[in-house]
Amino acid sequence: MEFLKELWGFLKERKKFWLMPIIVVLLIFGVLIVLTGGSAIAPFIYTIF
Amino acid sequence: MKNAFLGISAYYHDSAAALIIDGEIIAAAHEERFTRKKHDSSFPINAAKYCLEEAGLNLNDLEAVIFYDKPFIKFERLLETYHAFTPKGLTSFLSAIPVWIKEKVFMKKMLRDELAKLGDNNLKLLFPEHHLSHAASAFYPSPFEDAAILTIDGVGEWATAILGKGSQNSIEVYRELHFPHSVGLLYSAFTYYCGFKVNSGEYKLMGLAPYGNKNSAETSNYIKIIKDSIVDIKEDGSIFLNMDYFNFATGLRMTHDKKWESLFGFPPRSEESEITQNYMNLALAIQIVTEEIVIKLARSVKKLCGSNNLVMAGGVALNSVANGKIIEEKIFEKIWIQPAAGDAGGALGAALTAYYIWRSNERKPISPDSMQGAYLGPKFSNREIEKYLRKVGAKYSFHPDFEKLSATTAKKIADGNVIGWFQGRMEFGPRALGNRSILGDARNPEMQKKMNLKIKYREGFRPFAPTVLEEDIDSFFDLDSPSPYMLLVVPVLENRRNDLPERYESKPLYEKLYFTRSDVPAITHIDYSARIQSVNKKTNPRYWSLINEFKKITGYGVIVNTSFNVRGEPIVCTPEDAYRCFLRTEMDYLVLGDFFLDKKDQIPLAGDSNWKEEFKLD
Repeated sequence: MEFLKELWGFLKERKKFWLMPIIVVLLIFGVLIVLTGGSAIAPFIYTIF
Repeated sequence: MKNAFLGISAYYHDSAAALIIDGEIIAAAHEERFTRKKHDSSFPINAAKYCLEEAGLNLNDLEAVIFYDKPFIKFERLLETYHAFTPKGLTSFLSAIPVWIKEKVFMKKMLRDELAKLGDNNLKLLFPEHHLSHAASAFYPSPFEDAAILTIDGVGEWATAILGKGSQNSIEVYRELHFPHSVGLLYSAFTYYCGFKVNSGEYKLMGLAPYGNKNSAETSNYIKIIKDSIVDIKEDGSIFLNMDYFNFATGLRMTHDKKWESLFGFPPRSEESEITQNYMNLALAIQIVTEEIVIKLARSVKKLCGSNNLVMAGGVALNSVANGKIIEEKIFEKIWIQPAAGDAGGALGAALTAYYIWRSNERKPISPDSMQGAYLGPKFSNREIEKYLRKVGAKYSFHPDFEKLSATTAKKIADGNVIGWFQGRMEFGPRALGNRSILGDARNPEMQKKMNLKIKYREGFRPFAPTVLEEDIDSFFDLDSPSPYMLLVVPVLENRRNDLPERYESKPLYEKLYFTRSDVPAITHIDYSARIQSVNKKTNPRYWSLINEFKKITGYGVIVNTSFNVRGEPIVCTPEDAYRCFLRTEMDYLVLGDFFLDKKDQIPLAGDSNWKEEFKLD
């Protein structure tokens, strides 16, 4: 809940509401990863961290 | 406890923790020194635990914990970057996003879970911007009431560089350079192309650059190609990278190799392969271009804020050659650079933002600065050292009279021996500054070769840096101010140089390298430069005393100082790390606190013959 509140605050502050659908889809994607026990280990990419 | 703050940097590279109380820096350390994993990026649990112990605090005594950047804005940058470059970058997207949506967007929870291992907590968590953390680490510990601030690195959230002003307890940001246009990433791209590892091999590229031939048409041509095709440099130091040539925004490599190959006429160098003259010329070309950008940025920030002082941080501020050029240009009267200029120093900066900006506390600058010589890490008593030495059956002698011990050690150095020197608190930042150092005689023409190949087991071309008594700087180097953190490269005085033989520029790398260039050849780089550390009697009395004893014997108040480790190994932290490193290499003597050890008396470590496999090459 705290996370959703902060995410909303962030989108409002940065006026980036267009990111919302992308984030929602990605979060669903994330839930699937957790449920399927998939790995979330990425190769080292220079600018993503 | 009011005004006690713990700063954390983690989850990228070089994680670290730093603790301040009432604005005073109590402790700071890199996680890699405890885990023995170079550039360790995991949560700095050991470093944080050490900081709390040093302060005598429990976790819940803190007022807040401060993480060194803003994860949400970084995530925003990722999404917008992939969106901007779509459909390119699908592979990178699919690799990167699971980590973020499973872990990193929930950074607060991750941090709370990790902090819970140190004690119950419901602490306030703060998240200053990445470059604000760098700016704070540069300005607040500096001795200046006001200063221009210049931070430059690869990338934080969006910013890759900021130009600002620090005054009293506030920091104002005037200009930002934004991703993907980054001086740090530009330099890293060339690091990669010349066959070194990104985020660790940049200093090797800087060390390789002087082997390039500055008078050759090839080097001039590379500079022209870089400026015409790869980076557009504006008069104010802003840069625009031509993203047709870079792959870092959406790919798994730094560059589009084929395009670079058609530009420069040769492929990327594979790691550990022979370094040919074209790579050296390319290293020189990008170093010259980087210096041009950094100097323009320095002029811009001077124009914007008008201060006569400059403070710097961010990974590019570790480019000590560029720093030396800023001094040479005399843009500012005084310059101070954060010794932990990379991301590890962000932990310290983050803690300082809480104290000065969040809590609006008053700031009183301290001279020469408030970093305490960067000796902010763990120390070990003679009792602890002896306990360990006894346990492993080491042969040692105890010398309670430090003056005699330093005289004996200085004599050993003057006789051509290599000494492991372990004293007091460990340094914070990437440089060993005389408390976790390997030392040798700067006058010895064989010393560089011996140290590179028999002690450090690293590439033969790598230069070594000197430590000079602060009062003797101008006897050896063209510099009239102290350089306590080894962050300035300046020329060796002309009267100490030897004339170069004919056609020196066209000779092979090792012939150039082994030519005796001055009366202190071990620390005089190929272009007559040296990356200086000056030592002050008050800041580090033991180290000063050792060099002073060396001066009494030889007349030279300067020695070789390199970090106490082998290639790929983090700098030693404990007596155990130091003793192990001592036995594994061809070091001759080890001084641990007040104990003196001779290699000839020691028994090799059992079952340690494969130790070189322990550390990945950096």
